[in-house]
Amino acid sequence: MLVDRRNFLAGAVTGLGAAWISANWPAALAASTHARAAAISEAPPKLEFLSEQQAIEVTAIASRIIPSDGSPGATEAGAVYFIDRALMTFAVDAQAIYRDGLVQFQEGIHEMFPGIDKFSSASVAQQDEFLHSQDNPNAPKGRRNRAAPGAPSFLETIRGHTIAAFLIDPESEYAGNHSGVGWKLIGRDPAHSFQAPFGFYDKDYPGWSPSPAGEKAK
Amino acid sequence: MKLDTPKYRTSDEVDFVIIGSGAAGGILAKELSGHGFQVVVLEQGPYLMESDFVHDEIKVLQEDLLTNHPKLQPNTFRKTPQDKAKQQRALVYGRLVGGTSVHFTANFWRLHEIDFIERSKLGAIPGANFVDWPITYSDLEPYYTKVEWEIGVSGLAGASPFDPPRSKPYPMPPLPVKSSGVIFERAARQLGWHPFPAPMAILSQPHQGRSACVNCGFCLSFGCEVGAKSSSLASAIRMAEKTGHCEIRPNSYVHRIAMDERGRATGAIYFDAQRNTQFQKAKAVIVSANGAETPRLLLLSANKQFPDGLANSSGVVGKNLMLNSAAVSVGVFDEPLNDYKGYAVSRVLHDFYELDTQKLGFYGGGGLDARFDITPINFAMGGMAPGTPRWGNDFKAALHHDFTRTMEVFGHGTSLAVENNSFSLDPELKDAWGLPALRMTYKDHPDDLKLANWLAARSMELLDAAGARKKWTFPISEQEFAVHLLGTCRMGNDAKTSVINSDHRAHDVKNLFLCDGSSLVTSGRGQPTMTIEALAFRAADRIAALAKKGELSA
Repeated sequence: MLVDRRNFLAGAVTGLGAAWISANWPAALAASTHARAAAISEAPPKLEFLSEQQAIEVTAIASRIIPSDGSPGATEAGAVYFIDRALMTFAVDAQAIYRDGLVQFQEGIHEMFPGIDKFSSASVAQQDEFLHSQDNPNAPKGRRNRAAPGAPSFLETIRGHTIAAFLIDPESEYAGNHSGVGWKLIGRDPAHSFQAPFGFYDKDYPGWSPSPAGEKAK
Repeated sequence: MKLDTPKYRTSDEVDFVIIGSGAAGGILAKELSGHGFQVVVLEQGPYLMESDFVHDEIKVLQEDLLTNHPKLQPNTFRKTPQDKAKQQRALVYGRLVGGTSVHFTANFWRLHEIDFIERSKLGAIPGANFVDWPITYSDLEPYYTKVEWEIGVSGLAGASPFDPPRSKPYPMPPLPVKSSGVIFERAARQLGWHPFPAPMAILSQPHQGRSACVNCGFCLSFGCEVGAKSSSLASAIRMAEKTGHCEIRPNSYVHRIAMDERGRATGAIYFDAQRNTQFQKAKAVIVSANGAETPRLLLLSANKQFPDGLANSSGVVGKNLMLNSAAVSVGVFDEPLNDYKGYAVSRVLHDFYELDTQKLGFYGGGGLDARFDITPINFAMGGMAPGTPRWGNDFKAALHHDFTRTMEVFGHGTSLAVENNSFSLDPELKDAWGLPALRMTYKDHPDDLKLANWLAARSMELLDAAGARKKWTFPISEQEFAVHLLGTCRMGNDAKTSVINSDHRAHDVKNLFLCDGSSLVTSGRGQPTMTIEALAFRAADRIAALAKKGELSA
């Protein structure tokens, strides 16, 4: 039985034993908090930092990082609104990187393709060619499970924010991963509770038994 | 639910003030308050509850919801004492009630007999401060058992042929196996190795009023939203509060241990949440602030009598830092593992716990585990195979295919104590309270890096035997980031070369005790928390006995 957070709450009221509910009450409390946050996030998003013109450019760049190629991408995940909110909250230090980076992208793409005056006006092929010219595969990657502390370039910064927008917990107050599209793509079920078997390789597991030799290797 | 607990006045001379509420501090608080002693626990971080724990990678990993914040408490790093230290984040620890035990992986391996006596067996190692412990495995065994039963550890006794003797089975069976565990187990057996169900400080069954694991999948780095992870917050702290003799005081940042003219500790001076200075009086002081903050506090408490730092006549406070060597290899398989579900580790092997130093030409030993502990954003940012496109259609296709099909084989091993590897006070950088920042100095002993590479080679062998479609190892280089904070106020019989005796009593200050990762003499094979907790149970027995004999009174 898989239980997502809201069904989990409903189940707690209707179907599950009182002992189980009391043992899990903190989760129930957390679920109600998240449900409230989710309700608030349903309000139509407004831009707080980016101008409309900047938002169009950010949307165009993010949609090349995670394209909408037959399945939802950064655009459907609400990346531009996530990034706008990020720049007023946890990524406030990156405001200048966006301001300057968007100008540099405009100048750079014009230099590469003289008839084009901004990234969003270029063709997909031109956009990709320009992004390749900006990409630095040796950019610091940070420690495993921790992002690099300072993003060194605009492309690296917006790449990180677009990925976060696409793959953040859909219950996050930062309101990315709209409708869970990112987790659907990677196959991450948003439920908060799972039972074994979990995957292909453990579904027919016969149970643990000692190693055949049952003794230490020499 | 927070309990009604006593509120002591700072002017009350309580029996014990404990600085830090993590793996050791929680147990010491539980045990000592259980004896009826009045205990105040001063915790620098907030008191969060299960309902505060979220799966938000930005809040938890980037904004440090549960951990030390690099803006409030910056630190510096250098490789050797000759280098100028640069400001860079060099350590992470839990900064909340429950400490690092709130967000840890919860691998709970006991040390083996060899860990306590390895110096005697192997002799000196050039470039290392390699010594035996003043206690043995048999001294600690009853306390390991106590951890398993009182704090809550799942596992299967006798499953590993390499396990040390034990007096009791685990209180509950192992957690359900994951696909990564099955792949690991089958491949390891092909290679003649001995995988076994991982002992984890996570409940597989309800225990002492706590819920079993619901396999939510946000475990390492995250707090458990149902209290199934046996953090100090979910276990010892709640038990301490129930005694009616223990006050947990969060947002209390201790920066000096107060001393009288006779060389006795009189309490702890701290900043409260409003940054007002407070002084909690106590008959005895216990520092369990972790292997970085404990030595820092002693160094910050220097006075006329102890100009080089409190309890530092030996000069070894902060030194001999050990981080454990580590190597992470990754495999991608044909079918979905869905290893994002559940806790991190379901299978382990200890065939390499004690390696033949003569034959290999380096010192070391370790274990391998099967896991997947990389959350979605981190996976996309840095968890994919080298050469995977970093953006665009092919990047998206790789995310789609690989996230559910990836697992890691994690090699954990020894690090040798090296005198220069240390935590000290940075002479220039200050934290947000104006206190000298931590400075970390660290350069792996060459044997530690050889061991990490050797363990990675075994992990790659395993992934090969398992038929991984893609496999690789994260680059192994000199460590500049600390998670395990070990050895910096080591235990020993000789006051000239150690900071505390085997009762955890400071050699220099009779009513000052230190107990946490700093107490360890050797690093073990990579999973220190079980030992930190066993030491805390043992220390509590010793300290309670001293107090009952009246040895801690002025």
